Amino acid sequence: MLSRTAQNLFWISRYMERAELTARLLEVGYRIALMPSAGTGYQNEWSSILSVSGADIGYKKKYGPPKQEHIEHYLFHDLDNPNSVASCVSKARENSRAVRTALTTQVWDAMNTGYQELKQLAKERYNTANLPALCDWTKSRVSLIRGAIESTQLQDEGYDFLNLGYFIERADNTARLLDIKYYVLLPTPAAVGSEVDHYQWSTLLRAMSAYRAFRWAYGGLQTPHKVAHFLILNVACPRSLLHCLDRATRHFDRLEHMLQRQSEAQQMVAKLKNNTGAMEVDEIFQQGLHEFLTHFVAEIAAIGESMRASYF
Amino acid sequence: MFDNEEVREPYRQVIDWVHSMPADLVAMKHSEAEKLFRRIGITFVTYGNNDDAERLIPFDMVPRILTAREWRKIESGVRQRARALNSFLLDVYGKGEIVRAGKIPASLVYKNPAYEHEAVGFQPPQGIFGHIIGTDIVRTGADEFFVLEDNCRTPSGVSYMLENREIMMRMFPNLFQKNRVAPIEDYPEILRRTLLSVAPAKCDGEPKIAVLTPGAMNSAYYEHSFLADMMGVELVEGQDLFVEGDLVYMRTIRGPERVDVLYRRVDDDFIDPLCFRSDSMLGVPGLMNAYRAGGITICSAPGVGVADDKAIYTYVPEMIRFYLGEEPVLNNVPTYRCSQEEDLKYVLDRVEELVVKRVHGSGGYGMLVGPTSTKQQIERFTEELKAEPEDFIAQPTLALSTTPTYVEQQLVPRHVDLRPFCLVGKSTYVCPGGLTRVAMKEGSLVVNSSQGGGVKDTWVLVE
Repeated sequence: MLSRTAQNLFWISRYMERAELTARLLEVGYRIALMPSAGTGYQNEWSSILSVSGADIGYKKKYGPPKQEHIEHYLFHDLDNPNSVASCVSKARENSRAVRTALTTQVWDAMNTGYQELKQLAKERYNTANLPALCDWTKSRVSLIRGAIESTQLQDEGYDFLNLGYFIERADNTARLLDIKYYVLLPTPAAVGSEVDHYQWSTLLRAMSAYRAFRWAYGGLQTPHKVAHFLILNVACPRSLLHCLDRATRHFDRLEHMLQRQSEAQQMVAKLKNNTGAMEVDEIFQQGLHEFLTHFVAEIAAIGESMRASYF
Repeated sequence: MFDNEEVREPYRQVIDWVHSMPADLVAMKHSEAEKLFRRIGITFVTYGNNDDAERLIPFDMVPRILTAREWRKIESGVRQRARALNSFLLDVYGKGEIVRAGKIPASLVYKNPAYEHEAVGFQPPQGIFGHIIGTDIVRTGADEFFVLEDNCRTPSGVSYMLENREIMMRMFPNLFQKNRVAPIEDYPEILRRTLLSVAPAKCDGEPKIAVLTPGAMNSAYYEHSFLADMMGVELVEGQDLFVEGDLVYMRTIRGPERVDVLYRRVDDDFIDPLCFRSDSMLGVPGLMNAYRAGGITICSAPGVGVADDKAIYTYVPEMIRFYLGEEPVLNNVPTYRCSQEEDLKYVLDRVEELVVKRVHGSGGYGMLVGPTSTKQQIERFTEELKAEPEDFIAQPTLALSTTPTYVEQQLVPRHVDLRPFCLVGKSTYVCPGGLTRVAMKEGSLVVNSSQGGGVKDTWVLVE
């Protein structure tokens, strides 16, 4: 497989996963905006969404103070925002076109149809009430592509690069989503354990399509402790940090077997997985959730960087 | 629109079939076809059109039909030209006998911008320069076919030929049950075998093929990826290749991997920045050295363009007589060479009746169709013609044949041309069919997709 092809495949799935993150963030923002505010007004919540998506500076430059309608546009349709849903879908499709021969017709079809639909959506008049539909569209489109990959792609090296893109990006994304809690709660630490706190954790679970799964897995009372365990340390949760690292490790191992060599990126992931797996939730809370997540996101960025030297 | 008298026999069934379908069903099928094309991603990119950079070529669902007898003539004519053109190329990069015999002016060959000095004296594997040739043919009467031009460099359109058929078979299976249509789906496999048969001297073992594309922004990118995919070979860009010693390698996740045969869809000027345009980002430095050292076969061979030049074209009948000792099966369109004084005078006297073309232009650009042009267009073009007459040829406007075409919910006659594809390796193959391009505008003779032309499936009936 051409190195360029491997790199493109890796980025196709990163962009798709990132499109999904942006949609999930929008959903969190939308839901949080529906509830009585935690004291500082909805503006604060929307700003936190912007920071988590890494879009705060770009947004400020273009629009100034946060305003729901502008933020929604900036995060969904705006091609000036490199992480908007529209940008991610377009780039994923561009990358797919460049490696057209490495994708099955079904995967390409799912990708290309998504892109055509997106262009259609961009033409329709925007209205805040459409937001949930747009988020649903993004999630289902990403799932469709994912499904086409799982059921039609040849499971060779390309399949591993696609999956590495998914899991490395998803690990980053879950960490970022969790970090919203830090931003939203920061102004009022006293709110911990309150109604609002409970509602925010629930919103996070919902945004990760994990609300019901969480109930099944833990039962009883929903506590921050349990939710954090679920999203960070529970390998059974498909969006948890540990799950993503575990799956990435497996794909690295497959590559090692096929290419007959280890790589730096592989070792970095294995190390991060072992370190994270050895932690307890209490430890993480003591260290500070935000500090833990900031460190984690930096590690993931370093792994992404080392993919280039290791394979491309 | 069509009296039965006017419509040739093979079309009657198809027309009856279109008429037997309720109008809304026809319209639905039509839009279904468009959707399929867009979904599969069969689009082409037009340069400098940012609005909707990826456009769809209009697809007409009424097939173009050729009988077995008609096809026999086309096929043998195309085959004959392919042989003559390859003999010509081998000759002009070797001894130049045709020039010495005074059949073609030396300056036209050796001073031609498409004549590649880097290719002189090198004999490619099997002596073949043009491996893939697309011959543009028009019809003017029952048995009158004329060749408009030969395309030896990187003729495109074969992916449309194949996909048009796929889509027709998917949408109208019962039409194929009623008619016996020669299959074309072997084309990619025969292309692969053709490329394998011209492996270079230094290749040991099973030759490795790759398709070289300028990249996803190229107008024919879909075709490049389609062919690579159908052949099961890598689609590479210049940046994926490098030369070491006399050999060419791809950069892969397993390390360097050798390439033996390169089906390139990049023009001569861009394939090697060391030999040709040093600003080219599309090529591979050192590729020509490896080629001349027998480390890689480049298909079509560098320098092939001198054979499909529009000025050389007028001499193809001479080539056929000179190399093969045969009379041309397919005639050229009578052509005036504006480089010659009498011809130029003739052309200038009646520009408004003629089609005038730039010798080195392509894709319907740099061309004037006299009868459909305005006075100003003619005047402007005449100025250009007078300034550099040797850059132009002129041809009479032919009474091109028309075929039934579905436009605005009815069948109307539209002008068509035909590009069959010929593959030349150890053996020669002409795919039974080709790309039919159709001018969608009433009366228009310009079928180029860059000028709004459409495409049709092309049927060769089996006896």
